[in-house]
Amino acid sequence: MPIPTPFHSRQLPLVTSQEWREWSGYLAPITYGPSYEYEYYAIRNAAALIDVSPLFKYEISGSDATRLANRIFTRNIEELNIGQIGYTPWCDDHGKVIDDGTVWRLEENRYRVTAADPNLRWFQDVGYAMDVEVHDVSTQYAALALQGPQARNILMQLDQGAPLKSLPYYQLTYGETRRFPFTITRTGYTGDLGYELWVEAQHAECLWDQLMGIGQDYGLTPAGLAALDMARVEAGLLLIEVDYISANTALIDSQLSSPYELGLSWTVDLDGGEFIGKQALITEKRKGSDWTFVGLEFEWLELESIFKAVDLPPQVAGRANRDPIPIYKWGEQIGQVTSRVFSPIQKKYIGLGTVETGTAKLGEMVDVEVTVEYSRQRIRAKLVKPQFFSPKRKRAVLDD
Amino acid sequence: MTKRYDAIIIGGGHNGLVTAAYLARAGKKVLVLEQRHVLGGAATTEEIYPGFKFTVFSYVVSLLRPEIIRDLELTKHGLTILPLESTVTPLPGGDYIYRGPDHWKTYRNIARFSQRDAEAYDEYSRMMYYMAKAVKYILEIIPPDPTSLKPGEIGGLLDMARHFLKLPEEQFYTLVKLMTMSSADFLEEWFETDPLIATMSASGIIGTFLGPRSPGTAYVLLHHYMGEIDGVFRAWGFAKGGTGGISNAIASAAQSLGAEIRTEARVAEVIVKNGKAAGVTLENGDEIYAKTVASSLDPNLTFLELLDEKHLPDELLDDVRKYKTRGSSGKVNLALDALPEFKSVPQGREVLRGAISFSPSVNYLERAYDDAKYGDFSRQPYIDMILPSMIDPEMAPPGKHVMSCFVQYAPYELREGTWDDKREAFGDAVINTLSEHIPNLKKLILHRQVLTPYDIEQQIGLSQGNIFQGELSLSQLFFLRPAPGYAKYRTPVRGYYQCGSAAHPGGGITGAPGRLAAFEILKDGLL
Ligand SMILES: Cc1cc2nc3c(=O)[nH]c(=O)nc-3n(C[C@H](O)[C@H](O)[C@H](O)COP(=O)(O)OP(=O)(O)OC[C@H]3O[C@@H](n4cnc5c(N)ncnc54)[C@H](O)[C@@H]3O)c2cc1C
Repeated sequence: MPIPTPFHSRQLPLVTSQEWREWSGYLAPITYGPSYEYEYYAIRNAAALIDVSPLFKYEISGSDATRLANRIFTRNIEELNIGQIGYTPWCDDHGKVIDDGTVWRLEENRYRVTAADPNLRWFQDVGYAMDVEVHDVSTQYAALALQGPQARNILMQLDQGAPLKSLPYYQLTYGETRRFPFTITRTGYTGDLGYELWVEAQHAECLWDQLMGIGQDYGLTPAGLAALDMARVEAGLLLIEVDYISANTALIDSQLSSPYELGLSWTVDLDGGEFIGKQALITEKRKGSDWTFVGLEFEWLELESIFKAVDLPPQVAGRANRDPIPIYKWGEQIGQVTSRVFSPIQKKYIGLGTVETGTAKLGEMVDVEVTVEYSRQRIRAKLVKPQFFSPKRKRAVLDD
Repeated sequence: MTKRYDAIIIGGGHNGLVTAAYLARAGKKVLVLEQRHVLGGAATTEEIYPGFKFTVFSYVVSLLRPEIIRDLELTKHGLTILPLESTVTPLPGGDYIYRGPDHWKTYRNIARFSQRDAEAYDEYSRMMYYMAKAVKYILEIIPPDPTSLKPGEIGGLLDMARHFLKLPEEQFYTLVKLMTMSSADFLEEWFETDPLIATMSASGIIGTFLGPRSPGTAYVLLHHYMGEIDGVFRAWGFAKGGTGGISNAIASAAQSLGAEIRTEARVAEVIVKNGKAAGVTLENGDEIYAKTVASSLDPNLTFLELLDEKHLPDELLDDVRKYKTRGSSGKVNLALDALPEFKSVPQGREVLRGAISFSPSVNYLERAYDDAKYGDFSRQPYIDMILPSMIDPEMAPPGKHVMSCFVQYAPYELREGTWDDKREAFGDAVINTLSEHIPNLKKLILHRQVLTPYDIEQQIGLSQGNIFQGELSLSQLFFLRPAPGYAKYRTPVRGYYQCGSAAHPGGGITGAPGRLAAFEILKDGLL
């Protein structure tokens, strides 16, 4: 039974679609209004406001905080400057991914971590006998993602003093209104220009009201999880329990994934700290991984023709679809598409998936299953880099 | 008496009925003889007070083998198992701990006490899933005899060894811990919230004459977890109509397959001719003949009461005499004029249709055990309560309720006095303990039924009132249950079988011993 987030009172009148779902025990809008597409285009065209409060949030502090962070995360935390944020997975002893999230270096020895699942016990246990404290601050902070090309303009109206133009991608800064302070991270789950705002839960409604007020002139639209999911597939961002299964919940070995198998080799620093799972990952790197994370572009003309055969235009998932479908090569199953969506902005049917390493290379064609009027058919799809949309504005910094 | 049966089943408890149904399904002529006027044994529902149905002894079900439900088409015969998915523990200060079917609600509830425990709870469940999966294999097979050199037996043992050696190292170590530790110690490796540990450890002491800190109780935790892993057929449930609903469905299935069932037919003796079972003599002197006889009673009755000692080897006699059937539990069933009001638990169906566990701390449970160790009943007992009428409205008249309280500890033998003298004092101790949490309870009681271990023995023949026909300790399980060399449902007397919960895989409403026994009986081809 999900409970409301700190923004619920503001969302309730706006969710005229009555479409809600549970997200980590909280009630989250799937859509607000009649069309997920408006909300999706708000992300790509103007600005969208997305409640991301259900994320788990931790604070790590104490003289051994950096030591602990380096023990947990696969990235080299020493390399993060104060104010910098790193996206990183973390692994079990066998180098299998437990969860992924962001690590913010707030001070020399103070970090904030976001996670999809509860991790307090793991972080505390890893820090056993270290001079460190790990606190769960999940309910203490509410969070809003402000995403889209107009995000910066809106935020500059909210706090004219914050150094937003020069704030680089994956950096944080602090803002304030007349009533309360908040933290700004230039992060998001949409692959677009965007920020996430973190505020003490008691000020959540006030923050929402101010942003919605300013946002009126900039096309700001509250967006639900349907739009967010579409944007994150286009951006090639992983979703736990959809694109991979956490080592904490996997029941059999074949459900486990290493960071390499999830396309996250760039987040693994084998020359950095002695993080948990490092030995296993050194071995895996030498021997090669069993699985490879890929993007797929479905062949549109083939899709059209198999639908044409039954006298229908192509029917594809408009919203992101999380029911996995098999990938074949030479008639053998070599993997699965775990997320797929019709990308409205590119007019392409795209997916994220996993194939057995060595069976197919990027640029090659594979077969994927498509169901046409209850009948399972196969069409071709091209394997591509798992990132379909990455506009310059995502990382761009402005002068002055 | 001229009629001759292929098989006579002694005891119309659920296991005896399962054996009868499977034998009848194989085309055999079967007669079930039950001493009481109702069927079901420990799984019986009776209208003890007009309009109020008491699930007199057992009250919840999780282990009933799904293949029995399918094979015997029990749904067609009226079986419905309703979900019973939450447990709430009232705490002395007016607070409570709730665990239920909603993952995040449970998480938040435990997190009120400890965020770590909330997270550990998932990990623990996953570990127990692995453990139950490893051990479940044993429950499904007929135990091989480790002392036999027959190829089949050795093959069986090797299969078993291979099965356990295949376990990942960590799981293997955890399994060894489970087999040897106390439930409280085992749980304390995972959790820090005392009432949570206490409530979880309580399932490790149910039916045993042991406390939560006694080694060996961790295994019982696992035994109770076993029902959780059968996919859709998960966790605990409440049988519509009480546990008697299960027995009635099985009886109906058995009858529809041609089995005959007689109640108020107490067996006095098993007739042995030329070293082979030939039938039974009833208490009224009637003799009934059959090619085989199966007893669903405990070893004490099966071997010592119903058979002449001369048919049994000394070792077996010795083993059976040593077989532990210490009773430790009682039952208090109440007919209530209205829904009780709990001081420290949220009122309402969501919580009150689940289990309510009076287990506020490990020390509370251990102290309850201390009383019993020295021959007294617990002054402040552990109580596992359900309100059957909150789950199945047909259990009581509209607006009225029945309350089922499983109570520990109550020793079979009292240090002073007899149970006939102490029964009501025991009932009072339970009501007083409950009244601390339900201030208006006493005013609501229309009728109370108090069952001590002595009553359980007298009414349904469970020796010393042991609810599982013998303790679920490692020394009494698997190829040791009930005695080495006799774990395969057979006895030294040809054609005389064991089919009750004293046989592998043991007690609880599982039907498993009854079913496996039927297969072994058919295999021997004597009938
Ligand atoms: C108080 C109590 C609470 C319990 N709670 C639960 C629970 O909630 N969940 C659970 O799964 N398990 C529970 N159990 C255990 C479970 O009920 C038993 O393990 C199971 O019902 C035993 O079934 P059975 O057929 O093997 O034996 P029994 O049910 O003991 O059946 C034996 C039958 O034989 C009859 N009999 C005895 N002597 C003779 C004779 N000489 N001639 C003819 N008939 C005879 C008896 O009357 C009885 O009907 C509980 C048991 C008790 C006592």
